[in-house]
Amino acid sequence: MQLDARIPGGPLADKWDAHRFALPLVAPPNRRRFEVIVVGTGLAGAGAAATLGELGYQVKVFTYNDSNRRAHSISAQGGINASKDYRNDGDSTHRLFYDTIKGGDYRSREANVYRLAQLSNEIIDQATAQGVPFAREYGGTLANRSFGGTQVARTFYARGQTGQQLLLGAYQALARQIHAGTVTSYTRCEMLEVVVVDGKAAGVVVRDMVTGEISSHSAHAVVLATGGYSNAYFLSTNAKACNVTAIWRAHRKGALFANPCFTQIHPTCIPASDEFQSKLTLMSESLRNDGRIWVPQAERETRHPRDIPEDQRDYFLERRYPAFGNLVPRDVASRAAKREVDAGKGVGSLHNGVYLDFAESLARLGHDVVTERYGNLFEMYERITGENPYEMPMRIYPAPHYTMGGLWVDYDLMTTVPGLYAIGEANFADHGANRLGASALMQGLADGYFILPTTVAGYLAGMLGKKPVPPSHPAFAAAEAEVKDRTNRLLAAKGSRTVDWFHRELGKIVWDECGMARTADGLRKAIADIPALQEEFHRDVRILGSGEDINQALERAGRVADFFELAQLMCRDALNREESCGGHFRVEHQTPDGEALRNDDEYAYVAAWGFDGPGVEPTLVKEHLEFENVELKTRSYK
Amino acid sequence: MDLTLRVWRQAGPDRPGAFEEYRAREISEDASFLEMLDVVNERLTLEGKEPITFDHDCREGICGTCGIMINGKPHGGQKGTATCQLHMRKFGNGDVIVVEPWRAAGFPVLKDLMVNRSAFDRIIEAGGYIGVDVGSAPEANLIPVPKAVSELAMDAAACIGCGACVAACPNNAAQLFTAAKVAHLNLLPQGQPERFARVEAMVDTMERFFGSCTNHGECEAACPKSISIDFIALLNKDYVRAKRINRAMVSRA
Repeated sequence: MQLDARIPGGPLADKWDAHRFALPLVAPPNRRRFEVIVVGTGLAGAGAAATLGELGYQVKVFTYNDSNRRAHSISAQGGINASKDYRNDGDSTHRLFYDTIKGGDYRSREANVYRLAQLSNEIIDQATAQGVPFAREYGGTLANRSFGGTQVARTFYARGQTGQQLLLGAYQALARQIHAGTVTSYTRCEMLEVVVVDGKAAGVVVRDMVTGEISSHSAHAVVLATGGYSNAYFLSTNAKACNVTAIWRAHRKGALFANPCFTQIHPTCIPASDEFQSKLTLMSESLRNDGRIWVPQAERETRHPRDIPEDQRDYFLERRYPAFGNLVPRDVASRAAKREVDAGKGVGSLHNGVYLDFAESLARLGHDVVTERYGNLFEMYERITGENPYEMPMRIYPAPHYTMGGLWVDYDLMTTVPGLYAIGEANFADHGANRLGASALMQGLADGYFILPTTVAGYLAGMLGKKPVPPSHPAFAAAEAEVKDRTNRLLAAKGSRTVDWFHRELGKIVWDECGMARTADGLRKAIADIPALQEEFHRDVRILGSGEDINQALERAGRVADFFELAQLMCRDALNREESCGGHFRVEHQTPDGEALRNDDEYAYVAAWGFDGPGVEPTLVKEHLEFENVELKTRSYK
Repeated sequence: MDLTLRVWRQAGPDRPGAFEEYRAREISEDASFLEMLDVVNERLTLEGKEPITFDHDCREGICGTCGIMINGKPHGGQKGTATCQLHMRKFGNGDVIVVEPWRAAGFPVLKDLMVNRSAFDRIIEAGGYIGVDVGSAPEANLIPVPKAVSELAMDAAACIGCGACVAACPNNAAQLFTAAKVAHLNLLPQGQPERFARVEAMVDTMERFFGSCTNHGECEAACPKSISIDFIALLNKDYVRAKRINRAMVSRA
């Protein structure tokens, strides 16, 4: 199989404009003849559904949450990037493009990333017009702060709740379309199968999570905006319901899955406290603007941090990376923290964290300024840990946070199944091997508001006059039967262990072997161990109740079943990629001073995996990455 | 710590409900309230009893999905804290904890502690937005917004839509939720064109589902984002003006 990303020709800066002109259009009166399904209501999904509704398409939007306002985009704290250059500090479209390509360790497409940078400013305009209350200067203009991996201040923010405010903007735009009747919304409704007819996406099968009813919905095109898969690790910063099922089901129906091993471990999270821990809480990266990260120089230090004199502290990021200091990219900061904790320098009663210290900023800026910038984060930290960050440094440690991998898509964001699109975190496209802070919101909204609504018209235009495949088509009945069969088998196991027990055990394997540091031996072991646990799961899981009403254990079991399959693919991909880049660190491939060692000659490609049946070795298809506008360099933040 | 839970169990919307008592032994005081319920649910499952259904998602106090009446107080009564961020260290060993769903006619129980809050979505759909299609936005710095205005709008916009305000109110009024959204949008210059149509449509929709506000102030005390009831005054002021202005517009037509 050959992959064609269908990247337009011409100069980098002109590609998107030229492509938009080349794409067929659907005229306004014809748009209502087309039906589009959007699954997921985060920034990408709500943005796309609202925009398609504004354009006049007939849209159905599905979410497993009880409201379209709750998707996990809401938890993004720090901000959203744009190359407005309001600060007059040398920013430009090209610089945002360059920082993002470099930050992704040269494993993303130039054309996609450039388009993202071009659209970044329009996102800020749109969000501001919607009433997103971004932080402002006293003169009334928009404020900015800086984020990891950049030397300009280009991040727009709404206190520590930027994701919430942007999502509410998209949710409200979607509510307006629901009111107008262009969009029909299905809440508490989980997509469990993609239906493909004659090689094209024809619709989805969903389960009503209140009544248990399984139903089919067809459309001319299907858009998956279902987020990332960090919950494969069990403990992550993701919301509890985040899962891979929608994109995994699409993968099983023919959509290639790209770079599954590219996962991001976020450096600033609250360390785990005990075995009952259900999730890890992120402390925004923006804290690294004013907080200094350090560990005691002595191993197994037990003194109170305030009693440790300056000369017995190691500000290891400032020492190792003087140019970027505490603002190195996430992957670099995470590995540096792991190295200190592995060396016995960890802090806290479990010695499983490093300090993030605001003492100097409090002295320099005063209590009020620090509160204005980070007050809500400090409060959140205190609620969770019982410690006051105004008085003692925060303890932080890396945690799984974001997945750069996802469904392979072309320049139009279409997967290898015609008519099936993946947007936002669900696709692999823009962040390469590492995402920079404040870029997820940018990408989700670029895909949802601007790119997908434009490119989908190019596909729909060719179907003018054709009705969607009706839900009475036998392919839908077959898909419904498959969903019911899966559900019934899970309920019938009547075993002796809970779903969460299996999820936790799976998470331990994935974290140990496919987490922050990966080895060939460890990955091979995981590839052997996961199927054994998977088999035990299907035999021994215990789910009480029925499939005919609300059954949260059943919902989780379906998701965990798919995580088992995904986890194996993550490990295979990590084993295949004999290099270190971005979030993927293979212990065998590092420089003498412990930095990631890329292998551009052999691995400057996107690894797209096909599904050939359960338990069958997947096929690897490579999309070679061409770099014409940036020079591949060893990333240095020193 | 060892606790006794009295939990509301209800099999479905039209089924009778009742309290059941469970022991929760050896709970870590570092566990969150929801993690404590996770542990109880794991044990119930192993004992062959159906686990307790409760809504939750982000577990960091921002998505607004969780919401439980704990000892008669929405989210347990710790100031500015959602249920997911309430930690067991706030309870004492041997405590008896009463655990219930939101009680409001506008939020019918779906199962156990889970309720249907879609009435909130209906209020937003009625007008809780600024009508600007993608593509038609002006340059972001074209309209300066005074910092104080933007900060106040943000105070209102911080609402997470959890429904604690309704659950806390003796009248089950949704004024604080509605006022927070109206104030967020009506304070900003971008929100002015639809200001009076918005407030009228949202309030009228709200009244189809919820009771009336009689200024108890319980909502502000229960709000996990500590949203001020000052916004209700703003809502009322705009609503009265809207009734006059919108009617005047009708008589002109």
